[in-house]
Amino acid sequence: MSKFKKKANVKQDIPTSSMPDVVFMLLFFFMVTTQMRETNINVKQQLPEASQLKKLARKSLVAYMYIGEPKKTEEWGKEPKIQVNDVFIEPKDVIQWVNQEKAKLQEFERDQMTVSMKVDVDAKRGIIADVETELRKANARLLLYSTLQRRAEN
Amino acid sequence: MPRATPDIPNASMADIAFLLLVFFLVTTTVANDRGLHIQLPPPPEALPPDMDIKIQERNLFKIQVNSFDNVLVEGNPFFGTPNELRDMIKEFILNNGADPNSSDNPEKAIVSYKTDRGTSHKKFIEILDAAQAAYYQIYAERADVSVKKWLELSSDLTNPENRRLYDIGRGRRPDGTVEFPMNLSIAEPTKAGGK
Repeated sequence: MSKFKKKANVKQDIPTSSMPDVVFMLLFFFMVTTQMRETNINVKQQLPEASQLKKLARKSLVAYMYIGEPKKTEEWGKEPKIQVNDVFIEPKDVIQWVNQEKAKLQEFERDQMTVSMKVDVDAKRGIIADVETELRKANARLLLYSTLQRRAEN
Repeated sequence: MPRATPDIPNASMADIAFLLLVFFLVTTTVANDRGLHIQLPPPPEALPPDMDIKIQERNLFKIQVNSFDNVLVEGNPFFGTPNELRDMIKEFILNNGADPNSSDNPEKAIVSYKTDRGTSHKKFIEILDAAQAAYYQIYAERADVSVKKWLELSSDLTNPENRRLYDIGRGRRPDGTVEFPMNLSIAEPTKAGGK
């Protein structure tokens, strides 16, 4: 009987004194890992889905390009546009942009630069092909079509 | 006179910390740098002008997509799933001369992919994905790893073990040529649909 009595005396509360510490630890983790996006994306971005995704090995060697219908259609029209950094460009400006991006890298890394194209599902092949032609001319031939992972059905 | 207590009230500290935590949780975006990797051919000007390579019809696997996202495979309308297309491409690559209408060997086999300017990016990616899946499956089977592992190891070739498996998968010969090159030709789109 005495055993049961002893158990009944045990406090049932969870100690909460360490909760702030735990929360702060989580907080610091997220503060450190958070990256504020430096560019506002002004085009629609619903990425297509694919199954054979490859990861980019080095993020410093990546230049991003966004293609899709502008979000402000009353200002820019409904035709898909190319956005780099914070501005819309035309396909003919791609070479200049590539050279700017390459200039940011070390000399020996320049030929390893990958262009990551984030293209909206509704964009047409025409504008992308124009960009590809310019990329070939600019000798930036490593290309990544950014996609999402498709749920495997097989 | 009661002694002044210099303690800061810390009952609300957890609440404040939670508030900050929620803020950072919401603003965090997990960068996704994943997708389909391709290498573009050199610019047209860089190619020798007299380059006119004859490719036998049997060594070409033609995929065409029009501006309505309708697909022709080897001249016939195709209504199947991407997985069916993947298996067809795989069969074509691994034919090794068995079927006289299919490829001679994997090295000569070329998957030719032509779209229209009006083809949607979604369809383009779907077909490209199927074609790459066919090759990656072949490579993965040869290297005796899963396709997932193959995709992982081929993104980091600085690791010698990865390099070794990569060379086995692609059948690299001592002279540097590859037995199973990914001959995926993405042609300039036609101009029928869209400017």
